[in-house]
Amino acid sequence: MSSDSEVNQSRRGALKCLAFGGAGTLFLLSGGVLAPIDLALAASKKSAHAMTGTPLFLQISDTHIGFNKEANPDVAGTLKQTIDFVNAMPAKPALTIHSGDITHLSKAEEFDTASQLLSGLNITELHTVPGEHDITDGIGTEYFNRFGQASANKGYYSFDHNGVHFIALVNVMNFKPNGLGAFGDDQLAWLEQDLKGRSSSTPIVVFAHMPMWTIYEPWGWGTGDADQATSYLSRFGSVTVLNGHIHQIVQKVEGNITFHTARSTAYPQPTAGDGPGPGPLKVPSDQLAKMLGVTSVKISGHPSSAVLTDTTLG
Amino acid sequence: MLTKNFGRNLINAFAVTAMLATTSAASTAVAQDANAVVMKNFDFAPMSITVKVGSSVTWKNLDGEPHTVTSVDGLFRSGALDQNDSFTFKFDKPGTYKYLCSIHPRMMASVVVQ
Repeated sequence: MSSDSEVNQSRRGALKCLAFGGAGTLFLLSGGVLAPIDLALAASKKSAHAMTGTPLFLQISDTHIGFNKEANPDVAGTLKQTIDFVNAMPAKPALTIHSGDITHLSKAEEFDTASQLLSGLNITELHTVPGEHDITDGIGTEYFNRFGQASANKGYYSFDHNGVHFIALVNVMNFKPNGLGAFGDDQLAWLEQDLKGRSSSTPIVVFAHMPMWTIYEPWGWGTGDADQATSYLSRFGSVTVLNGHIHQIVQKVEGNITFHTARSTAYPQPTAGDGPGPGPLKVPSDQLAKMLGVTSVKISGHPSSAVLTDTTLG
Repeated sequence: MLTKNFGRNLINAFAVTAMLATTSAASTAVAQDANAVVMKNFDFAPMSITVKVGSSVTWKNLDGEPHTVTSVDGLFRSGALDQNDSFTFKFDKPGTYKYLCSIHPRMMASVVVQ
């Protein structure tokens, strides 16, 4: 099947889905153009399936286990709800990535609760990166005790699945005085080496906690040395950069690189600059589920394209 | 805490004096009034505090979002402070100590020890 027909099929599917109204948003990426389309995955699983096929993987982010304030007194409950939703998906993704802030305060018992809940996913392969809430002791003892093995305790690592090269990066352990996240020289050198010699047609998925482009500098929503990372990525035909941290969806396309931040499963945050800082946003209780969710990603075609589907819990 | 009623009557004054005399933990409680910094609305207040050598500074987080007190040179680190949690550190040497919140690193402030 040619890439054109793949795209056309997706478009037809997307148009069908428009009829069902919006439980979420779908981002269809083709030729560097990102088109958000309302999607009712829950309303019509069959149509959604026809459109997206089997998602390759799922992104969960910012579960903040341990948070108990009024913005969501039951973050374990909303994570459980998320997991139930994922387990009920008609087509099971092969793996899950968690893009950080697994816990709220880096406590051992918070990690234990998170692990116990996440083990309820019927997708058994889980890949993680730490968020700044996971490493508040400075060295991430509890995080690395549990998730350090994949990276020999460096935090960053890569792996391949189904022809897609996945890269997990850490941008929460090298803060600069400007308040933005940073990778640091060692990690950037590792990234350059990791990508060297790979064919430019290899689909790349990068995930890191903080946004890898500057969304709002006064709140530290960006990564100071991300430009160097993206310079290594720019020669690839399909690059999907997935982040969390800001608890809302913001996306950007630059050349062949699609940047996308995920919703939290715990609580929303204000839009950039609205209020004193990026803290938990209290919304009416019937609105909360509409602001929490997960992202599923399908990568297919030659040249490859990525379809990102964001689904809310309500 | 006791410190709120400091000096109001003899009993409280006695209690505080007794605490001062016992352990360094007790002197921490007293220090809250004099050398106190709060984290509120994603800022440290005051952003610069001057204290005498050998005295302690106590930070308290008033935000619903956790913050940390993390010195730039690695001398002190609070770990995550949830709302109303406190952290105290005693400064034994003169100097200017810069610190930040490692969760929101734009929150920067300093302690001047004289």
